[in-house]
Amino acid sequence: MPELELLGLHKSYGDLHALRGMSLTVASGEIVGFVGSNGAGKTTAMRIAVGVLEADAGEVRWDGRPIDLSVSRRIGYMPEERGLYPRMRVGHQLGYLARLHGRSGTQAERAVRRWTDVLGISERVDDEVQKLSLGNQQRVQLCAALVADPDILVLDEPFSGLDPVAVDVMSRVLRERADAGVPVLFSSHQLDLVERLCDRVAIIKDGSMVAVGSIEDLRTRGGRRWQVDGPAPGLGWPGSVPGCRVVDSAGTLTVVEVGAGTGDAPDDVGAALLRAALAAGPVRAFGPVHPHLVELYRDAVSDTTDRAPAGGRGTEVGS
Amino acid sequence: MSALETLRLVAGREISTRIRSRAFLWTTGLLVAAVVGGGIVLDLAIGSPSASTVAVTPQTEPLAQPLRDIARASDESVEVISVADDAAAEAAVQQEDVDAALTGDPGDFTVVVRSETGPAEYAMFTVLRQQAALGSVVTELGGDPAAVADELASATLVVRALDPAPERDGGQIAAGYVAGILLFLALQTTAQLVSQGVVEEKSTRVVELLLSTIRPWQLMAGKVLGIGVIGLSQVVLVAGAAAGTALGLGLLDASSLDLGTTLGWALAWFALGFVMYSSALAALASLVSRQEDVAAVTAPVLVLMILPYVIGISIAPWDPTNTIVVVLSYVPFAAPLVMPMRIALGTVETWQVLASFALSAALVPVLVWAAGRIYSNAVLRTGARVSLRDALRVR
Repeated sequence: MPELELLGLHKSYGDLHALRGMSLTVASGEIVGFVGSNGAGKTTAMRIAVGVLEADAGEVRWDGRPIDLSVSRRIGYMPEERGLYPRMRVGHQLGYLARLHGRSGTQAERAVRRWTDVLGISERVDDEVQKLSLGNQQRVQLCAALVADPDILVLDEPFSGLDPVAVDVMSRVLRERADAGVPVLFSSHQLDLVERLCDRVAIIKDGSMVAVGSIEDLRTRGGRRWQVDGPAPGLGWPGSVPGCRVVDSAGTLTVVEVGAGTGDAPDDVGAALLRAALAAGPVRAFGPVHPHLVELYRDAVSDTTDRAPAGGRGTEVGS
Repeated sequence: MSALETLRLVAGREISTRIRSRAFLWTTGLLVAAVVGGGIVLDLAIGSPSASTVAVTPQTEPLAQPLRDIARASDESVEVISVADDAAAEAAVQQEDVDAALTGDPGDFTVVVRSETGPAEYAMFTVLRQQAALGSVVTELGGDPAAVADELASATLVVRALDPAPERDGGQIAAGYVAGILLFLALQTTAQLVSQGVVEEKSTRVVELLLSTIRPWQLMAGKVLGIGVIGLSQVVLVAGAAAGTALGLGLLDASSLDLGTTLGWALAWFALGFVMYSSALAALASLVSRQEDVAAVTAPVLVLMILPYVIGISIAPWDPTNTIVVVLSYVPFAAPLVMPMRIALGTVETWQVLASFALSAALVPVLVWAAGRIYSNAVLRTGARVSLRDALRVR
């Protein structure tokens, strides 16, 4: 199965280092959520991936080969800065874009009908784009990315500005495309959405990837966490289990992290922890903590001690 | 999909967009109306340049042939018609059926006119009267007046000018104006359509979507091609309407204007000028991101168009061999605006036109290369104006 690979991408705008050797792989049939703060380099990476920007160093590959025009024509792209011809009719515009992507006249026509139907704007095809509401323009923009039936999808913030119904439609479409074997890379600040939709999450900070993996991977990456409603940690019980440290404590609630490198089965460590707590006092509740992506993300981007890229301060660029 | 197919798609979009645009249809309609209306006004102003008609009676009939001969020798045209007698001749003059009538005895005839004779007619009739007098004398001396008249008619004046003024007639001057104005308007509007189109794509950001699929040069070339086709059809339409009006009204009957050559060259110069100006404007327009900045960045090129046009149109029709006009007709960028005027005026040799055309055409590859480079480097950089030096820099 072919993969979309971003390999060691570097990009500077003058003194600003937007990307610092960033790499990411999106496999066929996989949805990867691309998250990171404003200016972290998401847009720069995506623009390089679709070929509108050239990397200073590094390479973008599809199926093991550098991307050329014949491949980039097979990419469905939604730029961060939305753009359509304002005075062109929706149908003509989408048909034109499909033709530019190499579809025949009849294929383009059929695709325009299909995608405007799916995204609920089929009765607006004869209207000029500028006459549509912003939300509907956004749907046209999504149609523009999908209308050529692309082999690869690169979408920069596809969900921003969509109403909940459109978000559901779009989520379904992305899943369906992925199931059809298309690698999907999209960026978003809506982390709940990313958590729900994505097979893997890629977190970028200051132009470098700080974490890539499934939500489950990310949860266990820094070690498992357990929450204990029982004796105060000041009594010293967490310290009696090897590799454990207290990460949070409030009243009777204590969150303990079990280091990833203890080598023991997670459940054994959990059992040992529970025994230690019980030995110190009554325990009302005990269980694993499943942090949301929001928390994982916060950890990942705030953790500057061991995972921050070498050298340079964080730079704010027009990513 | 081939690059050619991409160009065809991009150009096709430009064409279908412009054809739908009301502004374009209006401009074209107004231009056609202007040349047709101008032709009609000119026709009315000149009046019918038809020959003056002269009535002869049976008595003055022998004067008809000598009169025609005199007219031919003095580059005038005269139509002679016969009437029954002096009374009928006078009636014809009275009713303005004829301009003049020759009545009375052929040796001592009277010219009957309504109010007065024109200077050309007066001269012709004077010569005719003198010939009649000469004829009587020749007869008295026993000679043959007809032989003398023939001899006189075949005598032609030879003039050798040491510094001849270039010859041009009203038709050529009018064509010179039309060629100058039409090329200027067409080049200016179409080249500006290109610059507006470039900035439209940049300001609406649609360019990023397009360039994820096609190369910058394809987008630029397709745009120039599409708008060029539109502009050329506009020029063909307007020039065709002008030529049709002139031919239909017979405005060029007396002119030595070479209509076919003038039209052919006008189209060729439009095509060449369009490629040059639109490449320059496309490149400059790609440096800015907002429609309101286009005017400032393209101003130098537009001034480059206005100067030769104004100089050409105000000097060339009256003084086609003026040094400034001649020089400008060879300078690239000015030539497409000035040379067509000189061609219409008929004061330039074909080899000179070809030389000027070749000179401009030689610049095209360099211009297109530089424009393509500037455009490719600048068109995706939105925000502040990109400096020319930055855009030209090797990446």
